[in-house]
Amino acid sequence: MAVNYGSKRIVVGAHYGTRDWLAQRVTAVLMALFTVIVLARVLLSKGPITYDSWSGIFSSQLMKTLTFIVIIALLYHVWVGMRDVFMDYIKPVGIRLALQVFTIIWLVGCAGWAIQVLWRF
Amino acid sequence: MSETATTTARKRPEFRNINALTDLPSYRLPAAGWVSILHRVSGVLMFALMPFIIWMFDTSISSEISYARFTSVFTAGMLGLPGFIWKLVALALIWAYLHHFCAGVRHLRMDISHAAVDKRSGASSARVVLAISLLLTAALGAKLFGLY
Repeated sequence: MAVNYGSKRIVVGAHYGTRDWLAQRVTAVLMALFTVIVLARVLLSKGPITYDSWSGIFSSQLMKTLTFIVIIALLYHVWVGMRDVFMDYIKPVGIRLALQVFTIIWLVGCAGWAIQVLWRF
Repeated sequence: MSETATTTARKRPEFRNINALTDLPSYRLPAAGWVSILHRVSGVLMFALMPFIIWMFDTSISSEISYARFTSVFTAGMLGLPGFIWKLVALALIWAYLHHFCAGVRHLRMDISHAAVDKRSGASSARVVLAISLLLTAALGAKLFGLY
């Protein structure tokens, strides 16, 4: 690990910024590609959308795994975005921390539910 | 020198933090500004309604019976609210997704192309984002409400 103490220590800035900035782009690309795949399969299916045609899109193990990856990507993407919003608009540290904790609970709960749905049917 | 400067200088307007109630109504945002703030609004909206989104995923995909319940929400209603209210909620989410998607692609393009960052291309790409997302929302909304 790089030296980060004494005269070499980093004293300013949020150096997780670049990593999260990049993560938000990478997860965005993943989700955009996934959106195109799902939309294409919905639009290319013939006739009206039924339960069978809709659930058939997500029935293969490959598609479940891709959806799982996208759920995790979404989790991180939303975390970065919501934290940006709180950093911009919420100044009191206590309220900001409370909102960040709430966001994590909200997102992890939602992700758990979505993943359970995915492998249940 | 500084004393004469301070005594003779007239009080100039000061712009600090924008007050949401007194300043925002008189602000005229350029197209890129609208895309930017709506990117945030759409993101927060989808965050807030995430349980509803997953509920829709759950009921639409779990079984044929739950699929029937899912579709009936948008006709017969749910939780005391009529079907068209739920259609409006779904339409708001459709807009939020489309806008966030288009604005995000615009962002990614600006990350990889210097030509896309200058003022003129930024303004025109912002108008493209607003036009595409609103037109697609209108088209899908017409479909949702059975206009075609």
